Amino acid sequence: MMEAVAALTLAVLVTCGVYLVLRARTFPVVLGLSLLSYAVNLFLFFTGRLVTGAPPLAGGSAPVADPIPQALVLTAIVIGFGMTAFVVILALRARGELGSDHVDGREEER
Amino acid sequence: MNHWIIAPLVLPLVAGMLSLLLVARPGLQRALSVGATAGLLPVTLLLLCFAGNGEFGVYPLGNWPAPFGIVLVLDRLTALMLLLTAVLALLVLLHAVNGDDRRGRDFHVLFQLQLLGINGAFLTGDLFNLFVFFEILLIASYGLALHGGGAERTRASLHYVVLNLIGSALFLIAVGTLYAAAGTLNMADLAVKVAAAPPENAGLLRAAALLLLAVFGLKAALLPLHLWLPALYGHATAPVAALFAIMTKVGVYAILRSYTLIFPADGAGSDVGQWLLPLALLTLAAGAVGVLGSQRLRVLVAYLVVVSVGTLLAGIGLFNSGGIGAALYYLPHTTLVSAGLFLLADLIARQRGSHGDDFVLGPPLAQPTRLGVLFFLGAVAAAGLPPLSGFLGKLLLLQAVAPAQAGWLWSIVLIGSLAGLIALSRAGSRIFWKTAGDRAVAGQAPLTHLAPAAVLLAMSIAMTVFAAPLIRYTEATAAQLLAPQQYINAVLGAQP
Repeated sequence: MMEAVAALTLAVLVTCGVYLVLRARTFPVVLGLSLLSYAVNLFLFFTGRLVTGAPPLAGGSAPVADPIPQALVLTAIVIGFGMTAFVVILALRARGELGSDHVDGREEER
Repeated sequence: MNHWIIAPLVLPLVAGMLSLLLVARPGLQRALSVGATAGLLPVTLLLLCFAGNGEFGVYPLGNWPAPFGIVLVLDRLTALMLLLTAVLALLVLLHAVNGDDRRGRDFHVLFQLQLLGINGAFLTGDLFNLFVFFEILLIASYGLALHGGGAERTRASLHYVVLNLIGSALFLIAVGTLYAAAGTLNMADLAVKVAAAPPENAGLLRAAALLLLAVFGLKAALLPLHLWLPALYGHATAPVAALFAIMTKVGVYAILRSYTLIFPADGAGSDVGQWLLPLALLTLAAGAVGVLGSQRLRVLVAYLVVVSVGTLLAGIGLFNSGGIGAALYYLPHTTLVSAGLFLLADLIARQRGSHGDDFVLGPPLAQPTRLGVLFFLGAVAAAGLPPLSGFLGKLLLLQAVAPAQAGWLWSIVLIGSLAGLIALSRAGSRIFWKTAGDRAVAGQAPLTHLAPAAVLLAMSIAMTVFAAPLIRYTEATAAQLLAPQQYINAVLGAQP
């Protein structure tokens, strides 16, 4: 049950992220990239297996929560946060310099 | 323990941070940056001498033994890439201090952090650490790509940044999948665990191997992920474009390392083993079409970078010692020559006034002989004509291919060279011979401006003269890469 919910959450996040990235306007693209990075962070967290109430260190045969994916997620969150901040500033600059919020800097032909 | 192994990381990191403090003192900042980059040269030479004996240098960070801690690993391939980066960075920086570095405040900070990321990606022996160093070099490159400003740079950078953010997400998914299936991220330990993986995990590992190919292919500009490159390299400031010549090679390095060590092509990486060669040849063909269609010299050189990536990956895609050895000889050649051509294109553009490096009727150059000789040298080296190192590299590659694959590889590599030759001859005749008026519009460039480009292009001559020791080294490197058990024993057996 928990596995199904986790997989569905990831699927919805990735689908929305990919859709928004393909919108080709800087604001939806930034939102899409954020959703994708949330999905990735959750995925990394799930790679340590879904266990509840277990200690984070090996202690005989009892189930343990793997601490390494949590460390990976922390790193990924920090990097993702910095990158999102950068891409927001870049999108603003592109809007100012190219005069359009389209990722190619021009309106598509109608 | 050999503490010099971490010096290529500490030096640019400290220099980058100090440069940040010296933003208000540009003269001092410039001197510090040049000094630190020059310091990389003896350090990497020392490391090359160490690794040249076939020894592995393993540096456990925090003294935690592998696979529990992160290790830096120095082998022949890493040492070669580090030395190449140091040589390229110093010459590019000497070009930049002629004025390009003042077009934005943080050039030196970003330059040093870029070097930190590149050196780290070459040295690390841990897959997640490789991701972190990729991010360091990427975020520095985002800043550098925008250096100088302007609408075209912003447009190209936006594409580059968004694509690489998606690439980073895929990288993390691949890392997570590998961790879930193998329970480790140390590359040597991964190699052991992947080879011994139970059959029910084979699908997951295949997915991870192909995801990693997509990620590294994006960095290396492998078809169909090469479309960002010409616009970005063609519009970046000259020293930045020249430094970026090594960036695609970081992707090539990651492909070479992953699919000889973690997923050997005759084992877990058999999909990649089948797909890499056709993709590389298609990249080469696409690059050759781009070279023929370029309307500006810098875009032409950018497409030559795509062609060189195709050539390199074709050599690696053969997965035999001849092919990898040829690719490793071709790699320094193409990096230095394309960087030299980017710098030369900048010198030419400055002497043509408002015409820049467009292939249009323009005024004559102020120094047609000097720039012409340099362009001729660069064109001969880049097109792969005898006697320079481009010819030797391609010859080694053509010799390495088995008769069954020879038809496609020979024809595409040779037609690609012909396309490069035609495009470069056309570019040379437009710029140097067919000129309007008889008066130069710009002053002559002093020797300090010409020297970095000249030295970069002259490296091709040096690589031809010293071809025998170089080829011995690259063949030994290829043999070392194709026997990954040595690497695994060195890393997992290393006692801190």
